[in-house]
Amino acid sequence: MHNYELAVGDILKSFDRSQLFLMLGWQDVKQRYKRSMVGPFWLTISMGVLIATIGLVFGNIFSSPIADFLPFLTLGLILWGFIFTSLTEGCNAFITSASLIKQLSVPLPIHVFRVIWRNIVILTHNLVILPFVYICFLKPISVIALLSLVGFVLLLINLSWMALLLGVLSTRFRDVPQLVQSLFQVVFYLTPIIWMPHLLPARAVSILLTWNPFFHMLEIVRAPLLGYVPAIDSWLISTGMAVAGWLFSLAIYGYSRNKIAYWL
Amino acid sequence: MAHVILKNASVEFEIFDARSRSLKRQLIQTTMGGRLDTNKNQRVVIKALLNVNCTFKSGEKIALIGQNGSGKSTLLRVLSNIYIPTSGTALIDGRVSSLIDISLGMDQESTGRENIFIRGALLGQSKSETQKLLNEIIEFSELGEFIDLPIRTYSSGMNMRLAFAISTVLKPEILIMDEWLSVGDENFTKKAEERMNSLLEKTEILVLASHSFELIRKTCNRALVLEHGSILFDGGVEAAIDFYHKS
Repeated sequence: MHNYELAVGDILKSFDRSQLFLMLGWQDVKQRYKRSMVGPFWLTISMGVLIATIGLVFGNIFSSPIADFLPFLTLGLILWGFIFTSLTEGCNAFITSASLIKQLSVPLPIHVFRVIWRNIVILTHNLVILPFVYICFLKPISVIALLSLVGFVLLLINLSWMALLLGVLSTRFRDVPQLVQSLFQVVFYLTPIIWMPHLLPARAVSILLTWNPFFHMLEIVRAPLLGYVPAIDSWLISTGMAVAGWLFSLAIYGYSRNKIAYWL
Repeated sequence: MAHVILKNASVEFEIFDARSRSLKRQLIQTTMGGRLDTNKNQRVVIKALLNVNCTFKSGEKIALIGQNGSGKSTLLRVLSNIYIPTSGTALIDGRVSSLIDISLGMDQESTGRENIFIRGALLGQSKSETQKLLNEIIEFSELGEFIDLPIRTYSSGMNMRLAFAISTVLKPEILIMDEWLSVGDENFTKKAEERMNSLLEKTEILVLASHSFELIRKTCNRALVLEHGSILFDGGVEAAIDFYHKS
Protein backbone atom coordinates (compact mmCIF):
# COMPACT_ATOMS: atom_id res chain seq x y z
CA MET A 1 0.00 0.00 0.00
CA HIS A 2 2.88 2.30 0.86
CA ASN A 3 4.37 1.71 -2.60
CA TYR A 4 1.08 2.72 -4.17
CA GLU A 5 1.05 5.97 -2.26
CA LEU A 6 4.59 6.77 -3.37
CA ALA A 7 3.81 5.88 -6.97
CA VAL A 8 0.68 8.01 -7.07
CA GLY A 9 2.61 10.79 -5.35
CA ASP A 10 5.25 10.67 -8.10
CA ILE A 11 2.59 10.90 -10.80
CA LEU A 12 1.00 13.92 -9.13
CA LYS A 13 4.38 15.60 -8.61
CA SER A 14 5.16 15.01 -12.27
CA PHE A 15 2.00 16.84 -13.28
CA ASP A 16 2.92 19.60 -10.87
CA ARG A 17 6.05 20.03 -12.93
CA SER A 18 4.32 19.67 -16.28
CA GLN A 19 6.23 22.71 -17.52
CA LEU A 20 9.39 20.63 -17.36
CA PHE A 21 8.21 17.67 -19.43
CA LEU A 22 6.39 19.91 -21.88
CA MET A 23 9.58 21.88 -22.40
CA LEU A 24 11.84 18.84 -22.66
CA GLY A 25 9.51 17.03 -25.08
CA TRP A 26 9.20 20.12 -27.26
CA GLN A 27 12.96 20.50 -27.10
CA ASP A 28 13.42 16.95 -28.39
CA VAL A 29 11.36 17.66 -31.49
CA LYS A 30 13.09 20.98 -32.13
CA GLN A 31 16.51 19.42 -31.61
CA ARG A 32 15.89 16.69 -34.17
CA TYR A 33 15.01 19.17 -36.87
CA LYS A 34 17.07 22.20 -36.02
CA ARG A 35 18.62 23.79 -39.10
CA SER A 36 16.47 21.66 -41.38
CA MET A 37 14.30 23.88 -43.55
CA VAL A 38 11.33 21.58 -43.71
CA GLY A 39 11.77 20.63 -40.05
CA PRO A 40 9.37 18.21 -38.44
CA PHE A 41 7.29 18.29 -41.61
CA TRP A 42 9.77 15.77 -42.98
CA LEU A 43 7.75 13.33 -40.90
CA THR A 44 4.58 14.53 -42.53
CA ILE A 45 6.09 14.15 -45.97
CA SER A 46 7.36 10.63 -45.39
CA MET A 47 4.06 9.65 -43.79
CA GLY A 48 2.23 11.11 -46.80
CA VAL A 49 4.37 9.15 -49.22
CA LEU A 50 3.86 5.96 -47.22
CA ILE A 51 0.10 6.44 -47.20
CA ALA A 52 -0.02 7.11 -50.93
CA THR A 53 2.06 4.03 -51.70
CA ILE A 54 0.23 1.63 -49.44
CA GLY A 55 -3.07 3.13 -50.56
CA LEU A 56 -2.23 2.45 -54.16
CA VAL A 57 -0.96 -1.08 -53.70
CA PHE A 58 -3.32 -2.44 -51.08
CA GLY A 59 -6.32 -0.53 -52.34
CA ASN A 60 -5.90 -2.50 -55.55
CA ILE A 61 -5.10 -5.82 -53.93
CA PHE A 62 -8.13 -5.72 -51.66
CA SER A 63 -10.11 -3.91 -54.36
CA SER A 64 -11.47 -1.58 -51.71
CA PRO A 65 -13.11 1.60 -52.97
CA ILE A 66 -10.34 4.15 -52.66
CA ALA A 67 -12.63 6.82 -51.19
CA ASP A 68 -13.30 4.52 -48.24
CA PHE A 69 -9.90 2.94 -48.01
CA LEU A 70 -7.64 5.95 -48.08
CA PRO A 71 -9.17 7.90 -45.15
CA PHE A 72 -9.22 4.63 -43.19
CA LEU A 73 -5.59 3.94 -44.05
CA THR A 74 -4.46 7.50 -43.33
CA LEU A 75 -5.97 7.53 -39.85
CA GLY A 76 -4.76 4.02 -39.14
CA LEU A 77 -1.16 4.66 -40.13
CA ILE A 78 -0.91 8.01 -38.36
CA LEU A 79 -2.39 6.65 -35.14
CA TRP A 80 -0.39 3.46 -35.32
CA GLY A 81 2.78 5.50 -35.79
CA PHE A 82 1.86 7.41 -32.66
CA ILE A 83 1.15 4.28 -30.61
CA PHE A 84 4.21 2.44 -31.88
CA THR A 85 6.76 5.20 -31.28
CA SER A 86 5.23 6.17 -27.94
CA LEU A 87 5.68 2.64 -26.68
CA THR A 88 9.05 1.82 -28.24
CA GLU A 89 10.46 5.14 -27.06
CA GLY A 90 8.66 4.58 -23.75
CA CYS A 91 10.84 1.50 -23.30
CA ASN A 92 13.89 3.75 -23.37
CA ALA A 93 12.36 6.60 -21.36
CA PHE A 94 14.60 6.05 -18.33
CA ILE A 95 17.59 4.61 -20.17
CA THR A 96 18.06 7.64 -22.42
CA SER A 97 17.57 9.99 -19.47
CA ALA A 98 20.16 8.15 -17.40
CA SER A 99 22.48 11.14 -17.06
CA LEU A 100 19.62 13.32 -15.82
CA ILE A 101 18.30 10.69 -13.44
CA LYS A 102 21.73 10.12 -11.91
CA GLN A 103 22.34 13.81 -11.28
CA LEU A 104 19.00 15.41 -10.55
CA SER A 105 16.19 14.31 -8.32
CA VAL A 106 13.14 14.76 -10.55
CA PRO A 107 9.93 12.71 -10.23
CA LEU A 108 10.65 9.79 -12.56
CA PRO A 109 7.33 9.64 -14.47
CA ILE A 110 8.34 13.00 -15.96
CA HIS A 111 10.69 11.13 -18.30
CA VAL A 112 7.78 9.01 -19.51
CA PHE A 113 5.44 11.95 -19.97
CA ARG A 114 8.19 13.69 -21.92
CA VAL A 115 8.16 10.80 -24.41
CA ILE A 116 4.37 10.83 -24.70
CA TRP A 117 4.28 14.60 -25.17
CA ARG A 118 7.03 14.52 -27.79
CA ASN A 119 4.98 12.01 -29.75
CA ILE A 120 1.82 14.09 -29.43
CA VAL A 121 3.72 16.98 -31.01
CA ILE A 122 4.81 14.74 -33.87
CA LEU A 123 1.27 13.37 -34.21
CA THR A 124 -0.12 16.85 -34.72
CA HIS A 125 2.36 17.38 -37.55
CA ASN A 126 1.18 14.20 -39.21
CA LEU A 127 -2.47 15.15 -38.80
CA VAL A 128 -1.91 17.86 -41.39
CA ILE A 129 -2.31 15.12 -44.00
CA LEU A 130 -5.85 14.40 -42.88
CA PRO A 131 -7.67 17.45 -44.29
CA PHE A 132 -6.01 16.87 -47.67
CA VAL A 133 -7.33 13.34 -47.83
CA TYR A 134 -10.80 14.40 -46.72
CA ILE A 135 -10.98 17.19 -49.27
CA CYS A 136 -9.61 14.96 -52.02
CA PHE A 137 -12.38 12.44 -51.55
CA LEU A 138 -15.00 14.97 -50.49
CA LYS A 139 -15.53 12.91 -47.36
CA PRO A 140 -18.00 14.68 -45.07
CA ILE A 141 -17.09 15.03 -41.41
CA SER A 142 -19.92 14.68 -38.91
CA VAL A 143 -20.46 15.73 -35.31
CA ILE A 144 -19.63 12.18 -34.33
CA ALA A 145 -15.99 13.07 -35.05
CA LEU A 146 -15.90 14.91 -31.72
CA LEU A 147 -16.15 11.54 -30.01
CA SER A 148 -12.64 10.81 -31.19
CA LEU A 149 -11.38 13.45 -28.73
CA VAL A 150 -12.78 11.35 -25.89
CA GLY A 151 -11.25 8.33 -27.55
CA PHE A 152 -7.91 10.08 -27.82
CA VAL A 153 -7.85 10.95 -24.11
CA LEU A 154 -8.57 7.32 -23.32
CA LEU A 155 -5.82 6.28 -25.72
CA LEU A 156 -3.37 8.62 -23.95
CA ILE A 157 -4.31 7.21 -20.55
CA ASN A 158 -3.66 3.72 -21.85
CA LEU A 159 -0.41 4.58 -23.59
CA SER A 160 0.89 6.31 -20.46
CA TRP A 161 0.59 3.29 -18.23
CA MET A 162 2.04 1.08 -20.92
CA ALA A 163 5.00 3.39 -21.47
CA LEU A 164 5.62 3.69 -17.71
CA LEU A 165 5.50 -0.07 -17.28
CA LEU A 166 7.71 -0.74 -20.31
CA GLY A 167 10.12 1.95 -19.18
CA VAL A 168 10.59 0.30 -15.79
CA LEU A 169 10.86 -3.22 -17.19
CA SER A 170 13.29 -2.18 -19.92
CA THR A 171 15.58 -0.47 -17.44
CA ARG A 172 15.93 -3.69 -15.48
CA PHE A 173 15.73 -6.14 -18.38
CA ARG A 174 17.48 -4.73 -21.39
CA ASP A 175 15.92 -7.28 -23.75
CA VAL A 176 12.48 -5.75 -23.37
CA PRO A 177 12.93 -2.94 -25.94
CA GLN A 178 14.00 -5.45 -28.61
CA LEU A 179 11.15 -7.75 -27.68
CA VAL A 180 8.60 -4.94 -27.88
CA GLN A 181 9.97 -3.79 -31.20
CA SER A 182 9.58 -7.17 -32.86
CA LEU A 183 6.28 -7.89 -31.18
CA PHE A 184 4.78 -4.68 -32.50
CA GLN A 185 5.79 -5.45 -36.04
CA VAL A 186 3.54 -8.48 -35.79
CA VAL A 187 0.72 -6.57 -34.10
CA PHE A 188 0.81 -4.08 -36.97
CA TYR A 189 -0.27 -6.79 -39.42
CA LEU A 190 -2.73 -8.36 -37.00
CA THR A 191 -4.53 -5.07 -36.47
CA PRO A 192 -6.79 -3.64 -39.17
CA ILE A 193 -4.62 -0.76 -40.31
CA ILE A 194 -3.69 -1.58 -43.89
CA TRP A 195 -6.62 -3.98 -44.31
CA MET A 196 -10.24 -3.22 -43.55
CA PRO A 197 -12.02 -5.35 -40.94
CA HIS A 198 -15.00 -6.15 -43.14
CA LEU A 199 -12.71 -8.21 -45.38
CA LEU A 200 -12.27 -10.74 -42.58
CA PRO A 201 -14.24 -13.98 -42.50
CA ALA A 202 -16.54 -14.03 -39.45
CA ARG A 203 -14.49 -16.68 -37.68
CA ALA A 204 -11.34 -14.60 -37.73
CA VAL A 205 -13.12 -11.53 -36.37
CA SER A 206 -13.28 -12.80 -32.83
CA ILE A 207 -9.59 -13.67 -32.75
CA LEU A 208 -8.10 -10.75 -34.60
CA LEU A 209 -10.43 -8.00 -33.39
CA THR A 210 -12.14 -8.91 -30.13
CA TRP A 211 -8.94 -10.09 -28.46
CA ASN A 212 -6.70 -7.40 -29.86
CA PRO A 213 -6.46 -4.51 -27.37
CA PHE A 214 -4.75 -2.34 -29.96
CA PHE A 215 -7.72 -2.67 -32.29
CA HIS A 216 -9.99 -1.21 -29.60
CA MET A 217 -7.57 1.57 -28.70
CA LEU A 218 -7.32 2.48 -32.37
CA GLU A 219 -11.01 2.12 -33.06
CA ILE A 220 -12.20 4.61 -30.43
CA VAL A 221 -10.16 7.35 -32.11
CA ARG A 222 -10.43 6.27 -35.73
CA ALA A 223 -14.08 5.26 -36.07
CA PRO A 224 -15.64 8.62 -35.08
CA LEU A 225 -13.44 10.38 -37.63
CA LEU A 226 -14.66 7.96 -40.29
CA GLY A 227 -18.22 8.82 -39.39
CA TYR A 228 -19.44 5.97 -37.22
CA VAL A 229 -19.69 5.42 -33.47
CA PRO A 230 -17.28 2.75 -32.18
CA ALA A 231 -18.86 -0.39 -30.74
CA ILE A 232 -19.60 -0.24 -27.03
CA ASP A 233 -17.19 -3.16 -26.56
CA SER A 234 -14.30 -1.01 -27.72
CA TRP A 235 -15.14 1.66 -25.14
CA LEU A 236 -15.58 -0.87 -22.36
CA ILE A 237 -12.39 -2.73 -23.14
CA SER A 238 -10.36 0.48 -23.46
CA THR A 239 -11.71 1.79 -20.17
CA GLY A 240 -11.17 -1.51 -18.43
CA MET A 241 -7.60 -1.65 -19.71
CA ALA A 242 -6.96 1.87 -18.52
CA VAL A 243 -8.09 1.08 -14.97
CA ALA A 244 -6.50 -2.35 -14.66
CA GLY A 245 -3.39 -1.22 -16.52
CA TRP A 246 -2.76 1.76 -14.28
CA LEU A 247 -3.28 -0.31 -11.14
CA PHE A 248 -0.78 -2.87 -12.38
CA SER A 249 1.67 -0.33 -13.72
CA LEU A 250 1.63 1.69 -10.50
CA ALA A 251 2.27 -1.45 -8.49
CA ILE A 252 5.32 -2.32 -10.57
CA TYR A 253 6.53 1.27 -10.63
CA GLY A 254 5.98 1.69 -6.88
CA TYR A 255 8.02 -1.42 -6.23
CA SER A 256 10.84 -0.32 -8.55
CA ARG A 257 10.95 3.45 -8.16
CA ASN A 258 13.85 3.43 -5.72
CA LYS A 259 15.76 0.92 -7.80
CA ILE A 260 15.63 2.65 -11.17
CA ALA A 261 18.64 4.89 -10.47
CA TYR A 262 20.57 1.77 -9.44
CA TRP A 263 19.67 -0.11 -12.61
CA LEU A 264 20.87 2.62 -14.93
CA MET B 1 15.82 24.47 9.46
CA ALA B 2 17.38 22.14 6.94
CA HIS B 3 18.85 18.94 8.30
CA VAL B 4 20.04 15.52 7.21
CA ILE B 5 19.90 12.32 9.20
CA LEU B 6 21.37 9.08 7.86
CA LYS B 7 20.76 5.96 9.90
CA ASN B 8 22.65 2.79 8.95
CA ALA B 9 22.35 3.89 5.36
CA SER B 10 23.82 1.42 2.88
CA VAL B 11 23.96 1.55 -0.88
CA GLU B 12 24.43 -1.73 -2.71
CA PHE B 13 24.57 -2.18 -6.45
CA GLU B 14 23.66 -5.51 -7.92
CA ILE B 15 25.72 -6.39 -10.97
CA PHE B 16 23.50 -8.09 -13.52
CA ASP B 17 26.03 -8.67 -16.27
CA ALA B 18 27.00 -12.18 -17.23
CA ARG B 19 30.62 -11.43 -16.40
CA SER B 20 29.74 -11.39 -12.74
CA ARG B 21 30.00 -15.17 -12.72
CA SER B 22 33.72 -15.15 -13.13
CA LEU B 23 34.04 -12.15 -10.88
CA LYS B 24 32.28 -14.02 -8.13
CA ARG B 25 34.89 -16.77 -8.03
CA GLN B 26 37.60 -14.39 -7.14
CA LEU B 27 36.03 -11.88 -4.76
CA ILE B 28 39.42 -10.50 -3.96
CA GLN B 29 39.88 -7.92 -1.26
CA THR B 30 39.96 -4.72 -3.23
CA THR B 31 42.30 -1.91 -2.44
CA MET B 32 39.98 0.63 -3.95
CA GLY B 33 36.24 1.13 -4.34
CA GLY B 34 33.37 -0.36 -2.43
CA ARG B 35 33.43 -3.86 -1.00
CA LEU B 36 32.49 -6.68 -3.35
CA ASP B 37 30.22 -9.37 -2.02
CA THR B 38 27.41 -11.69 -3.07
CA ASN B 39 23.81 -11.27 -1.99
CA LYS B 40 21.14 -13.84 -1.18
CA ASN B 41 20.38 -14.32 -4.89
CA GLN B 42 24.04 -15.22 -5.41
CA ARG B 43 24.64 -12.05 -7.41
CA VAL B 44 27.72 -9.95 -7.11
CA VAL B 45 27.03 -6.70 -5.30
CA ILE B 46 29.14 -3.64 -4.78
CA LYS B 47 28.68 -2.14 -1.37
CA ALA B 48 29.28 1.48 -2.21
CA LEU B 49 28.15 2.71 1.20
CA LEU B 50 28.02 0.59 4.32
CA ASN B 51 26.04 1.49 7.43
CA VAL B 52 26.63 5.20 7.28
CA ASN B 53 25.42 7.11 10.31
CA CYS B 54 25.58 10.87 10.42
CA THR B 55 23.58 13.97 11.14
CA PHE B 56 24.09 17.31 9.41
CA LYS B 57 22.62 20.42 10.95
CA SER B 58 22.12 23.94 9.73
CA GLY B 59 25.35 25.93 9.73
CA GLU B 60 27.59 22.98 9.06
CA LYS B 61 29.96 22.95 6.11
CA ILE B 62 31.02 19.37 5.71
CA ALA B 63 33.96 18.09 3.71
CA LEU B 64 34.09 14.52 2.40
CA ILE B 65 37.65 13.19 2.24
CA GLY B 66 38.67 9.89 0.74
CA GLN B 67 40.39 8.13 -2.13
CA ASN B 68 38.76 7.56 -5.49
CA GLY B 69 35.98 5.05 -5.05
CA SER B 70 35.67 5.55 -1.30
CA GLY B 71 31.99 6.43 -1.62
CA LYS B 72 32.10 10.24 -1.71
CA SER B 73 30.07 10.60 -4.89
CA THR B 74 27.64 7.90 -3.85
CA LEU B 75 27.08 9.71 -0.56
CA LEU B 76 26.53 12.95 -2.45
CA ARG B 77 23.91 11.19 -4.57
CA VAL B 78 22.18 9.87 -1.48
CA LEU B 79 22.06 13.42 -0.16
CA SER B 80 20.60 14.59 -3.49
CA ASN B 81 17.74 12.07 -3.17
CA ILE B 82 18.98 10.18 -6.21
CA TYR B 83 20.03 6.95 -4.55
CA ILE B 84 17.54 5.89 -1.91
CA PRO B 85 19.55 3.68 0.51
CA THR B 86 19.04 -0.02 -0.11
CA SER B 87 18.95 -0.49 3.65
CA GLY B 88 18.75 1.96 6.50
CA THR B 89 17.18 5.37 6.11
CA ALA B 90 18.07 8.79 4.79
CA LEU B 91 16.08 11.80 5.89
CA ILE B 92 16.91 14.85 3.85
CA ASP B 93 14.93 17.89 4.89
CA GLY B 94 15.55 21.00 2.82
CA ARG B 95 15.83 22.17 -0.76
CA VAL B 96 18.85 20.43 -2.25
CA SER B 97 20.84 21.81 -5.11
CA SER B 98 23.84 20.21 -6.72
CA LEU B 99 26.70 21.99 -8.41
CA ILE B 100 28.28 18.77 -9.62
CA ASP B 101 27.41 19.00 -13.30
CA ILE B 102 26.28 22.56 -13.89
CA SER B 103 25.77 22.19 -17.63
CA LEU B 104 23.61 19.09 -17.30
CA GLY B 105 20.64 19.15 -19.67
CA MET B 106 21.83 22.12 -21.67
CA ASP B 107 21.13 21.83 -25.37
CA GLN B 108 23.82 22.83 -27.84
CA GLU B 109 21.38 23.81 -30.57
CA SER B 110 19.29 26.08 -28.36
CA THR B 111 20.15 29.68 -27.62
CA GLY B 112 21.62 30.82 -24.34
CA ARG B 113 18.30 32.34 -23.40
CA GLU B 114 16.41 29.10 -24.11
CA ASN B 115 18.97 27.18 -22.11
CA ILE B 116 18.37 29.41 -19.11
CA PHE B 117 14.76 28.25 -19.14
CA ILE B 118 15.71 24.60 -19.68
CA ARG B 119 18.15 24.60 -16.78
CA GLY B 120 15.69 26.56 -14.67
CA ALA B 121 12.96 23.99 -15.26
CA LEU B 122 15.33 21.12 -14.49
CA LEU B 123 16.27 22.77 -11.22
CA GLY B 124 12.61 23.06 -10.30
CA GLN B 125 11.93 26.67 -11.24
CA SER B 126 8.70 27.65 -12.94
CA LYS B 127 8.86 29.71 -16.13
CA SER B 128 7.80 32.87 -14.34
CA GLU B 129 10.38 32.35 -11.59
CA THR B 130 13.10 31.98 -14.20
CA GLN B 131 11.76 35.01 -16.07
CA LYS B 132 12.37 37.10 -12.95
CA LEU B 133 15.98 35.95 -12.71
CA LEU B 134 16.62 36.20 -16.44
CA ASN B 135 18.19 39.63 -16.54
CA GLU B 136 20.38 38.94 -13.55
CA ILE B 137 21.66 35.74 -15.16
CA ILE B 138 22.34 37.34 -18.55
CA GLU B 139 24.08 40.29 -16.95
CA PHE B 140 26.23 38.10 -14.74
CA SER B 141 27.28 35.87 -17.65
CA GLU B 142 28.41 38.96 -19.63
CA LEU B 143 27.41 37.19 -22.83
CA GLY B 144 25.72 40.24 -24.33
CA GLU B 145 24.37 39.61 -27.82
CA PHE B 146 25.55 36.03 -27.72
CA ILE B 147 22.70 35.14 -25.38
CA ASP B 148 20.42 34.81 -28.41
CA LEU B 149 22.77 32.55 -30.37
CA PRO B 150 22.85 28.75 -30.13
CA ILE B 151 25.33 27.77 -27.44
CA ARG B 152 27.25 25.53 -29.83
CA THR B 153 28.71 28.79 -31.13
CA TYR B 154 30.10 29.59 -27.67
CA SER B 155 33.64 28.99 -26.57
CA SER B 156 33.98 26.54 -23.70
CA GLY B 157 34.62 29.46 -21.36
CA MET B 158 31.40 31.15 -22.44
CA ASN B 159 29.53 27.91 -21.96
CA MET B 160 30.83 27.63 -18.43
CA ARG B 161 29.97 31.23 -17.66
CA LEU B 162 26.38 30.69 -18.67
CA ALA B 163 26.05 27.39 -16.81
CA PHE B 164 27.64 28.97 -13.75
CA ALA B 165 25.41 32.04 -13.87
CA ILE B 166 22.26 29.91 -14.03
CA SER B 167 23.20 27.33 -11.43
CA THR B 168 24.42 29.75 -8.78
CA VAL B 169 21.49 32.14 -8.92
CA LEU B 170 19.24 29.78 -6.96
CA LYS B 171 19.27 29.71 -3.21
CA PRO B 172 19.29 26.15 -1.95
CA GLU B 173 19.21 25.14 1.70
CA ILE B 174 21.50 22.17 1.15
CA LEU B 175 24.30 22.59 -1.38
CA ILE B 176 26.15 19.62 -2.85
CA MET B 177 29.53 20.10 -4.50
CA ASP B 178 32.24 17.93 -5.95
CA GLU B 179 35.38 20.06 -5.96
CA TRP B 180 35.26 23.80 -6.40
CA LEU B 181 33.89 25.47 -9.50
CA SER B 182 36.39 27.55 -11.35
CA VAL B 183 35.33 29.28 -14.50
CA GLY B 184 36.46 31.74 -17.10
CA ASP B 185 39.26 34.24 -17.35
CA GLU B 186 40.84 36.27 -14.57
CA ASN B 187 38.10 38.88 -14.33
CA PHE B 188 35.31 36.40 -14.32
CA THR B 189 37.03 34.10 -11.85
CA LYS B 190 37.05 36.89 -9.31
CA LYS B 191 33.38 37.57 -9.85
CA ALA B 192 32.57 33.89 -9.71
CA GLU B 193 34.52 33.56 -6.49
CA GLU B 194 32.43 36.32 -4.92
CA ARG B 195 29.25 34.69 -6.13
CA MET B 196 30.32 31.35 -4.67
CA ASN B 197 31.14 32.89 -1.33
CA SER B 198 27.82 34.66 -1.07
CA LEU B 199 26.07 31.44 -2.10
CA LEU B 200 27.87 29.57 0.66
CA GLU B 201 26.88 32.19 3.19
CA LYS B 202 23.22 31.80 2.33
CA THR B 203 23.33 28.01 2.24
CA GLU B 204 22.47 26.28 5.49
CA ILE B 205 24.35 23.06 4.85
CA LEU B 206 27.25 22.55 2.46
CA VAL B 207 28.56 19.11 1.59
CA LEU B 208 31.76 19.27 -0.43
CA ALA B 209 33.75 16.32 -1.72
CA SER B 210 37.30 17.36 -2.41
CA HIS B 211 40.89 16.24 -2.67
CA SER B 212 42.17 19.74 -1.97
CA PHE B 213 42.99 20.18 1.71
CA GLU B 214 43.61 23.85 1.16
CA LEU B 215 40.04 24.27 -0.12
CA ILE B 216 38.64 22.17 2.71
CA ARG B 217 40.51 24.18 5.35
CA LYS B 218 39.22 27.38 3.84
CA THR B 219 35.59 26.36 3.39
CA CYS B 220 34.56 23.68 5.85
CA ASN B 221 34.04 23.36 9.57
CA ARG B 222 33.58 19.61 9.73
CA ALA B 223 35.04 16.69 7.81
CA LEU B 224 34.25 13.03 7.23
CA VAL B 225 36.89 10.56 6.11
CA LEU B 226 35.50 7.76 3.96
CA GLU B 227 37.05 4.47 3.00
CA HIS B 228 35.39 1.51 1.25
CA GLY B 229 32.03 3.13 1.81
CA SER B 230 32.30 3.58 5.56
CA ILE B 231 32.89 6.67 7.64
CA LEU B 232 36.19 6.17 9.45
CA PHE B 233 36.40 9.57 11.01
CA ASP B 234 33.96 12.36 11.73
CA GLY B 235 35.08 15.57 13.34
CA GLY B 236 37.10 18.75 12.92
CA VAL B 237 38.82 19.56 9.67
CA GLU B 238 42.41 19.50 10.94
CA ALA B 239 41.89 16.29 12.90
CA ALA B 240 40.31 14.66 9.84
CA ILE B 241 43.20 15.64 7.59
CA ASP B 242 45.67 14.25 10.15
CA PHE B 243 43.67 11.06 10.35
CA TYR B 244 43.58 10.70 6.59
CA HIS B 245 47.33 11.13 6.30
CA LYS B 246 48.03 8.57 8.99
CA SER B 247 45.73 5.88 7.66
